[in-house]
Amino acid sequence: MNQRMPQDNNVVIQSLTQIGNCGLFLLTLLAAIPRSLRYIRETIRQLWFVGAMSLTIIMVCGLFVGMVLMLQLYHVLSIFGGTSASGMVVALSVYRELGPVVTALLFAGRAGTSITAEIGLMRATDQIDAMELMAVDPIAYVATPRFLAGLIAMPLLTCVFCAMAILGGHLVGVTWLGIDNGTFWSNMTAEVDLHTDIVNGVLFKSLAFGAVVSLIAVFQGFATPPTSEGVARATTRTVVASSIAILALDFVLTAFLM
Amino acid sequence: MTDSVHATPDDSMLVRIRGLTTVLGGKTIFSDLDMDIPRGKITAIMGPSGTGKTTLLKHITGQMRADAGEIVVDGQNVAELSREKLYKMREGIGYLFQNSALLTDFDVFENVAFPLRQHTQLPEVLIRNLVLLKLQAVGLRGAAALMPSELSGGMARRVALARAIVFDPMLILYDEPFVGLDPVALNQVLKLIRTLNQTLGITSVLVAHELAAIRQIAHHVFLIANGKVVAQGDPKTIADDGSPWTRQFFGGEADGPVPFQYPAGDYAQALGFAGAAK
Repeated sequence: MNQRMPQDNNVVIQSLTQIGNCGLFLLTLLAAIPRSLRYIRETIRQLWFVGAMSLTIIMVCGLFVGMVLMLQLYHVLSIFGGTSASGMVVALSVYRELGPVVTALLFAGRAGTSITAEIGLMRATDQIDAMELMAVDPIAYVATPRFLAGLIAMPLLTCVFCAMAILGGHLVGVTWLGIDNGTFWSNMTAEVDLHTDIVNGVLFKSLAFGAVVSLIAVFQGFATPPTSEGVARATTRTVVASSIAILALDFVLTAFLM
Repeated sequence: MTDSVHATPDDSMLVRIRGLTTVLGGKTIFSDLDMDIPRGKITAIMGPSGTGKTTLLKHITGQMRADAGEIVVDGQNVAELSREKLYKMREGIGYLFQNSALLTDFDVFENVAFPLRQHTQLPEVLIRNLVLLKLQAVGLRGAAALMPSELSGGMARRVALARAIVFDPMLILYDEPFVGLDPVALNQVLKLIRTLNQTLGITSVLVAHELAAIRQIAHHVFLIANGKVVAQGDPKTIADDGSPWTRQFFGGEADGPVPFQYPAGDYAQALGFAGAAK
């Protein structure tokens, strides 16, 4: 036990140092936003890579999450004779929790890792240094456009995820299990609140998750040692740190927004 | 004998380094190093591997800060420059990386055009002509549409060279420019460096090991070892200098002031023969 203590302390210190450095990096990133406005085309290009290119995985996963959720709820609610409420419960679950959280987790795996690996390789091949020497600020040209693209893409992807999940729920509930179509939609529209569920649940949370995942991905890319092992480790750290941050932040936001 | 290591400050010097001291990871890279790089000349920096030649270039461009000392480039103290002024100074410096450092998302044309697009508002026609002019100079106009992944090492280096000179900078820093070049490409690069120097008066600093190539183009050579300039002069003088440093480096001798072996324990003991030796 005594032998393990210094190592454990070291891990804690390392983690705290990483969080501190990430916070300082966020300040640098925010300060570079005015300078990065001249690279608006780069931001749009990144929006395509992290947003549009993630659409397929988000749509497919959204569809299946809605389908399986409806299937589970139907069997549980049928015990109490409440299957007519299943559409509404699917919608509330998706808008308040599953939509933003699962989209953010998928985004971290699909786009976050790609951002980290790309920037890490740019560092390993001296491309970042080359930009510095060509008097081009890599924070404004590389980091900020990717951060902004993630911030913009996440709420849009979450909306797509939610729509697909509702569609999946409708396919299973109405088309397969025979719930009345009118009941499905009317219960849903009656119970879903624009402010609580859509603004707080979908938009606010997804914006927060978008900021956190993009920040972690870009930071890990810039902080990675310029070696192949370093890039691999940084990519793994992006997924692990993003997943923990998303779930922890979800708890905090839910506690404050409920 | 070599010239005096401590040169006097002079306006004809584009880069003036005084008392440079750098310690990295507990290892002293430079210890009170002085160096003057003359304006409009080709200067070569040579020395054994790991003596900090690339680090010295990083100090000149302001990528690395020294622990002590002063580096003045074109009258500006690099350590005292604000971010904006440092970037402004870098616009006048071309840098050729050891591994080319081309931007992998862009093709050859866009790589060379990158600095022009970032720092000028030139019309597209002019940018196209300037880029083709530079690519023609390095013999790669026909490769303008290729991606960096489609280039050989030598071709990538020549594209990087075209990018480094696209602004016709006042100073070009070449980090190992001859590595991986075939004899034809090497001769062309040598000719290009000489032409840039003679026609445009561009100051060039080369970090290289190829003495034969250096002899052809360099006006002045610095030999660095143990954190200091141990010899300097024109290529012929320095090669025939006869000091232990130059004899070891230019003669390729393993024994001399710079040990070939990295400090280590007893070899026989490491191989498990310690007992047998007794």
